[in-house]
Amino acid sequence: MIDLLGYGPSIFAGAVITIKLALFSLITAVLLGLITAVARYWGGKLASTIAVIYTSLVRGVPDLVLMMLIFFGLQVGLNNFSEWLYEIHEQYQINAFYLAQGWTALAQFYDDGLYINIDEFNAGVLTIGFIFGAYMAETFRGALLAIDKGQLEAATAYGMTPWQIFRRVMFPQMMRFALPGIGNNWLVLVKTTALVSIIGLADMVKLAKDAAMTTFEPFLFFIPVALVYLAITTVSEIVLKYLQHYYNKGIEGH
Amino acid sequence: MLEQLNALLAQNEIFTPATLAEYWQGTVLTVQLTFLSVVLGFFIAVPLAVIRASQWRWLSRAVWLFTYVFRGTPLLIQLYLIYYGVTMIDGIQDSPLWYLLEDAFYPCLVAFILNTAAYSTEIIRGAIVTSDKGEMEAAQAYGMSYWQILRRITLPAAFRRALPAYSNEVIFMLHATSIASVVTLVDLTGAGYNIYARYYAPFEAFMFAGAVYLCLCFMIFAGFKKLEQRACRHLL
Repeated sequence: MIDLLGYGPSIFAGAVITIKLALFSLITAVLLGLITAVARYWGGKLASTIAVIYTSLVRGVPDLVLMMLIFFGLQVGLNNFSEWLYEIHEQYQINAFYLAQGWTALAQFYDDGLYINIDEFNAGVLTIGFIFGAYMAETFRGALLAIDKGQLEAATAYGMTPWQIFRRVMFPQMMRFALPGIGNNWLVLVKTTALVSIIGLADMVKLAKDAAMTTFEPFLFFIPVALVYLAITTVSEIVLKYLQHYYNKGIEGH
Repeated sequence: MLEQLNALLAQNEIFTPATLAEYWQGTVLTVQLTFLSVVLGFFIAVPLAVIRASQWRWLSRAVWLFTYVFRGTPLLIQLYLIYYGVTMIDGIQDSPLWYLLEDAFYPCLVAFILNTAAYSTEIIRGAIVTSDKGEMEAAQAYGMSYWQILRRITLPAAFRRALPAYSNEVIFMLHATSIASVVTLVDLTGAGYNIYARYYAPFEAFMFAGAVYLCLCFMIFAGFKKLEQRACRHLL
């Protein structure tokens, strides 16, 4: 283990947090992106309007602003929600009801002030997932539009159900078309995780910054962190090449 | 008009003339940072892209390493390295350079310029590499030198082809400048944060900032659309 004036292990733990954050955000973003793309493709007027507003607004505003909006906004929103809950509890004597029923966990929750806490990690996953869901949605939409309509009609003619068509015909081809875009989004997403340090998550960047500020050795801490990011990017590019090769099997010229 | 505005502003506590002025100053700084970094970054990127697309193998590799490192690491880390790295060098606070470095503006600008230069280099290189071989051969047959071909044929066509990707890079840069708020600069995001902190109103403060970013975004987008139409008018 590299010691880095004793900060090495904690920064290494921060690197694990960064990677976990990136992977969970990716899953959130892909799911959200798929839902949004499908809503735009098949959804009714309302669903597709919401999808358009979501993708265009999110892509027009900086990640950091959205992150602060969601992170600080979520806190205020949850606090207001707690207050509202508390008032209701007071008004209807719900705590007495909990005690009468023997629900000690809920009674304890009441005693603690009904505060719902969301930690920085989950807030980070939600925020980054929300932001990149919009970018993923655009990628998936482009991929859906690139699929040959005739194949879908042929699948319908074979009597496949919509779910079967999606699973057998659309999804594999969509992945092929969407993969370069997903790859790019992932590379940007990994770098965006660094911003979560600003809203207080103890990831690799924040730990390195704190260490640099106390020891006055900025290069000693920021260069290894930069190298970790570089390593993640490099490994990702190799994996993406392999995946692209895999999904392009059976296509001319690959 | 002004009275109506005043009446509108009087209805809420947050958007007073004072806070609007703060947002305005933040917007000015954001636009300054974006404009300067994009323009200066572009002038660095063009020669680098030419080198990167050239036959000089070692120089090309050196440029590749630069773009690889700057595209592969977060801008925030680059900013920290430049901002804290330079300001913590022994004795720099007593040197005349400190006059410039004391303000976070210049370290920020340097980080942004290098970052956008790296991305732009790859965009322009991509456009140079995909130039039409026939055009180059024709130019060679006319007896043009390497530099003449570059100046007259390759670069103008490459710029035209790079425009759509480059407009995305400019919008990315606009968004990236929001990081300046982390190192004490009060740009649009910084103004939003200050107003959030003062009134504890995250939705109003950040949504207003976001709306201004959105407008700037549309303006850049529209500008590039115009530019594209002008640059490609002979192709229509």
